[in-house]
Amino acid sequence: MVSFILIILASLAFTGVIIRTKSITSGRKGPGIFQPMKDLIRLFKKGAVYSKTTSFIFQVAPSIYFASVLIAIMVIPLGQYKGIISFEGDFVFFAYVLGTGKFFSIISALDTGSSFEGMGASREALFSMFAEPAFFILMGSFALLTGHTSFQEIFASLHFGSYISYILGVLATFVLAMITMVENSRMPIDDPNTHLELTMVHEVMILDNSGFDLGMILYATSLKFAMYGALIANLFMGSFPIYLIIPIFFVIQLLFAVSVGILESFTARFRMNHNAQYILALSSVAFLIFLGVLLVLGQFN
Amino acid sequence: MGKIIAFIVIILLAILLIPFISVKWKGMITVTTVTFIAILSGSLAFQALSGENAEFLFTGSSVTGEIPVRIDALSGWFIVIINFTCITGAIYGLHYMKAYRSQKSNLSLHCISFILVHSSLICICSLQNAIAFLIAWEIMALSSFILIIFEHYKRETLNAGINFLIQSHICIMFLTLGFIWVAMRMNSYDFKAITLFSSANSLLTGVALFLCFFFGFAIKAGFVPFHTWLPYAHPAAPSHVSGIMSGVIIKIGIFGMMRMLLLIKIDYLVIGYFILFISIVSGIYGVMLAIVQHNLKRLLAYHSIENIGIIGIGIGIGCIGVGMENQLLAVLGFAGALLHTLNHSLFKSLLFYGAGNVYQSTHTMDIEKLGGLSKQMPHTAFLFLMSALAICGLPPFNGFISEFLIYNGLFTGLYASDNALTLSVVSGIFALALIGGLAMLCFTKAFGSVFLGTARYNLQHPAEESNFGKLMPMYAVFILIIAIGLFPKPFVIALSEPLHLFTYHLHNNIPLERLQITATMSMIGWCSVAFSGMAGLIFLLRKIMVSNKPQTINVTWGCGYIAPTAKMQYTASAFVRTYRKLAEPVLSIHKKKKEIQGIFPKSGGQETHPYDKTEEWFIDYPLQQLKKFFNRFIFLQNGNLQFYILYGVAFITLVLIVPLAFDYLKALIKFLNQL
Repeated sequence: MVSFILIILASLAFTGVIIRTKSITSGRKGPGIFQPMKDLIRLFKKGAVYSKTTSFIFQVAPSIYFASVLIAIMVIPLGQYKGIISFEGDFVFFAYVLGTGKFFSIISALDTGSSFEGMGASREALFSMFAEPAFFILMGSFALLTGHTSFQEIFASLHFGSYISYILGVLATFVLAMITMVENSRMPIDDPNTHLELTMVHEVMILDNSGFDLGMILYATSLKFAMYGALIANLFMGSFPIYLIIPIFFVIQLLFAVSVGILESFTARFRMNHNAQYILALSSVAFLIFLGVLLVLGQFN
Repeated sequence: MGKIIAFIVIILLAILLIPFISVKWKGMITVTTVTFIAILSGSLAFQALSGENAEFLFTGSSVTGEIPVRIDALSGWFIVIINFTCITGAIYGLHYMKAYRSQKSNLSLHCISFILVHSSLICICSLQNAIAFLIAWEIMALSSFILIIFEHYKRETLNAGINFLIQSHICIMFLTLGFIWVAMRMNSYDFKAITLFSSANSLLTGVALFLCFFFGFAIKAGFVPFHTWLPYAHPAAPSHVSGIMSGVIIKIGIFGMMRMLLLIKIDYLVIGYFILFISIVSGIYGVMLAIVQHNLKRLLAYHSIENIGIIGIGIGIGCIGVGMENQLLAVLGFAGALLHTLNHSLFKSLLFYGAGNVYQSTHTMDIEKLGGLSKQMPHTAFLFLMSALAICGLPPFNGFISEFLIYNGLFTGLYASDNALTLSVVSGIFALALIGGLAMLCFTKAFGSVFLGTARYNLQHPAEESNFGKLMPMYAVFILIIAIGLFPKPFVIALSEPLHLFTYHLHNNIPLERLQITATMSMIGWCSVAFSGMAGLIFLLRKIMVSNKPQTINVTWGCGYIAPTAKMQYTASAFVRTYRKLAEPVLSIHKKKKEIQGIFPKSGGQETHPYDKTEEWFIDYPLQQLKKFFNRFIFLQNGNLQFYILYGVAFITLVLIVPLAFDYLKALIKFLNQL
């Protein structure tokens, strides 16, 4: 329960921090941290325009997408404190629930019959597909290291064994951060700000959404950022007491948001046709972590 | 015993009756017969699932020996699956075949074959005598051949049928070989002889015997590289038959495999690794090929190969678990495999029925020509979407439950500190995650381009929703899909008897109810309920929030372009183009391209024809070489009658001379020796 509330809180400022960082690095004054949330509230109050091509899928998809992100957040623990949902193998549920949401967002893009949205949908389907094995191998490695198969147990017992686990944690952070970028269609994979439809992924999928639906989709992005941020934070929290965990959580979220901002300011986007290979390469980093775990466990002898 | 006699009498009566009644009643008779057969066999199957095995003994003949009919929990589970799919298939078929009412004799044959397929499938599950088993197997193969070639006046259909027939017989050949091997040594056709034979001989013999059966059953099940009949037969058959073929007929291969695992005493570890490996290949290869298909039914057929792969991963994990004396691993693997067998039979038959609705409404299966059907066919679109989500293994549907069990098994396998196991398990996890992602790509493509957007092609008939008769069985399947997805616990508990068969001999075997897994299952069920509830709640909230706001209907935003046409939307091939580019080295895609040229260009275009690389290597290439070899003797066949008579004369002379010459040769050698 604690983690759910904290993630919601973090999500309120996350996108704002990214935008602020970007504006500072580029020497602009930039909007306030809560500006994206203000925009969202404005969106929630608006009416909507629907394409006459669309069917019921287009109407229900944003709600399901949003629900999937909320349910996924419920799975995430806070150090030794369980999330609202916790059971053996809950990270499989986590990944697949997000998958359901993604399925709906993809088909809702196809529902508009637009030439651009199909393009975005195609890319999103392919990219997120390649990110999935990396996530599972990462979690599998930690399961092997700790001997548990639920988020909470894995994170609670991650650092009991050896300090090498912190190094693995850093590698895992890289993988998770990259998965976050893929899932949210951010910088090295996709640039949400180009406004050249031919090079966009996620943004081009939601061209036809408006009003409340668009608000939900945009807020889901913030939620997803905070969700993966919480996962990364969990890698380092271990079994600290609660009065330490909450500050650590927010510091790591802040660091994550700032580094996303910096990353977005200083990197160029990949060429679209190399993206898939790049994302698949994440799996090999995950394999590295797996080999590291085998090393720690002394299975090479 | 009474039930079995009633079973036989009902089948015979129905078969005798069908040719003589009017077309209108043929279908009804088929449905009633199938229902009766299902009730009779189902009652025995449910008994077996609750732990009471049924066993009857027929005297048989001097050739076969005694014919035992044993229905244990494994048979019971498969019989239940077969019955459910056959009933929904028969009811769906009843309405599907109305379009073919004019073909009276063809329909009679179809109905009889349908009853025969259903009953022979049940017989295969319960007969435990090799010869009786093979006869039932042959009846199944032949009657499904007749079911496939219903539209025999189409050349493609007939080709697919013959392909199926040949491959079925290669499969039967392997099985016969295995049975004969055992019978030769043990002098008995009873399945118990297989156990006796394998426990009396070395483990290696057991493995060889198992492989013999495995190849046979793998052809039926469609493991790569034995899968090549599947993508031809499924699209050719009428949709309810495709549903049954994909739902249960290929599953009989899985049943055979599991039966042999129970019968043959083998090194479970080796077999487990073998099955795991071949299943990973099947799973990934199947879905990789599925994505590039343009024919909706063929796409679904390739997905069957993928799902057989997933089931196989479960069986592999289960075998490794038995081999390592790890009960949890064995239970998770086999439970995942058995549940996925049920799940796949549900969502795949539903998908095929959906494809059938589309076909009867639009008269095409070409994905590129379809589009925007969700407005004319909302029920079909909804059901297709739900089953597509289920086949991708997404919560809150049933596919997720069985995939979760297999995932759980794989993660459990990680802890065993055995390097070979850890590595194969990690490749299993990688494969399963990749399969999940690829399946999602495939079904967003299929659903998106068939049902969403606008129509791409001017269809000759306006598409319309199917009638209640076709939708009713589909909704029945759908309810079960949801039930398993939301309340998985009772279904996993129902597996306890079949699982017990695999694990009872392991030491410290604890009952399924006391394993952690049942608690996890109910937890997942509640999470799925929560997810559906949450989605519903948010949708409701949105509805309330939006209700008093202005809503306008307009054209799709074309980035300033104001004359959008259907041609502008993404096509299915375009949707998977990036993937195709990446996967091109593995797949074999024939491209035809006509570039746009000149200042006033004429029309251009591109066609891609996906083909199967294994088929190219393992079937087409050897056949080509064989043909090349025999072509060297083509001069013999010159069409001149005199020459043919000459060949006859030459042959007769040869037949007469050879023994004579042999005798002379012998005499000569004898004479030389005497010198």
